Amino acid sequence: TTGSYIARFLPHFASNAPLFFTMNNTDWMTKAHSMGTSIMAVRFAGGVVMGADSRTTTGSYIANRVSDKLTPIHDSIYCCRSGSASDTQAVADYVKYYLNVHAIELGDKPLVKSAAALFQRLCYENKNALQAGIIVGGWDKKKGGQVFTIPLGGSLVEQPFSIGGSGSTYIYGYCDAHYRENMTKEECEQFVINSLALAMARDGSSGGVVRLVIIDEKGVERKMIPGDQLPRCVFEG
Amino acid sequence: MSGVGTGYDISCTTYSPDGKVFQIDYAGKAVENSGTAVGVRVKDGIVFGVEKLILSKLLEKGANRRIHTVDRTIGLAYAGMTADARQLVNRARSEAKNYRSTYLSTIPTRLLNDRLSLYVQTYTLYGGYRPFGCSILVGAWEQDGPQLYMIEPSGISYGYYATAVGKAKQAAKGELEKLKLTEMTCREAVKEVARIIHYLHDDVKDKDFELEMSWICPESGHQHQAVPESLLAEAEEAAKASLVEDMEDD
Repeated sequence: TTGSYIARFLPHFASNAPLFFTMNNTDWMTKAHSMGTSIMAVRFAGGVVMGADSRTTTGSYIANRVSDKLTPIHDSIYCCRSGSASDTQAVADYVKYYLNVHAIELGDKPLVKSAAALFQRLCYENKNALQAGIIVGGWDKKKGGQVFTIPLGGSLVEQPFSIGGSGSTYIYGYCDAHYRENMTKEECEQFVINSLALAMARDGSSGGVVRLVIIDEKGVERKMIPGDQLPRCVFEG
Repeated sequence: MSGVGTGYDISCTTYSPDGKVFQIDYAGKAVENSGTAVGVRVKDGIVFGVEKLILSKLLEKGANRRIHTVDRTIGLAYAGMTADARQLVNRARSEAKNYRSTYLSTIPTRLLNDRLSLYVQTYTLYGGYRPFGCSILVGAWEQDGPQLYMIEPSGISYGYYATAVGKAKQAAKGELEKLKLTEMTCREAVKEVARIIHYLHDDVKDKDFELEMSWICPESGHQHQAVPESLLAEAEEAAKASLVEDMEDD
């Protein structure tokens, strides 16, 4: 076996202690791609700011360090994806298709709530097969900016802001302390950047760059902040 | 017996040489035999009024409704064959319910109108079916304002500010055209609709009738409800009084 090959020719690996690296560890070939992730969406008066990190992992290997977890569903509706990369891509594709058909029959841009309802239907009815935590955000003319969160079980909740993914556990306190109602678009952007930077610093499954999507009446703006330009908010000794 | 469409009017699967499907036209005749139904869309809502011809003194007053609620904020009135219309009401309720289940919102009225029109039209395509013998008025309150649609047995539908179907529809439409609908409130519209229906009721040909009215307005919380009894009584009194005036003028 290749394991004993190493033991013979690299003597300091000959012990029975578990090896960090073995030649027959093919996790990266077989394990599902997971998006450890830190995702977030905040609503402001005229729209929403949505943000995400860019790390996709298979086990401890970073399969993609520049992933785009902010996926367009319609002109003014996006979703943040966390959990299984394949599951969330499949669900988002379905919702995009159904919402497109719906918008054509409606003759108008669909409501954010409609997109969220479709996501919920799929995530709840298939809860046993899926691992998907999704945040839906967008703008429509009926209610303006809206944020809906659909966690693992398939429940649907509308919130002024929402955080998700493995990295979000580290920033609940920060977000609760720093969120204010009626923030401006720029304040929301800074809030998202600061929160995600903190999550990415503490969560091993989150990292890379911060991607932002800002949606308002006029349309969609995309921004990207490279990792080295993020605010440094962790005590570094 | 020979008539206009003889030979070409047996089923929906036959066109006449001049391009008509006579069965659909005959369905329209069934509507014209029924009591008039009027719908108006005014500044702050929708008002429906239906002339229910009383076929027997033994019938319970207030039973046998002709105006139905499809969804809380959507109402449906009709003229024509009652049983056919009930099917359409059920279909409308089903569409509204399914939309709400999928999208967690009230079905847009335009969409409900399109779906019902498509459904009605389907029954004009097959030899095994007959067209629906009723015209339906669909009215609703939406965030952008009130909406009113009318669907005929052919499946054709239009959006209206005001329309009428049934026996006196031509005369009713004439009366409705005189009104300034975009400036009217629902309270005023209730009085006008009651007056029009009373005015157009044919005492000679038909016996007594019962007036059924419903509205969707701020006073009803933008929900489809029967016009309150006191207001209805007031409107009918005013309608009868104006009839008497007209007679005295003559």
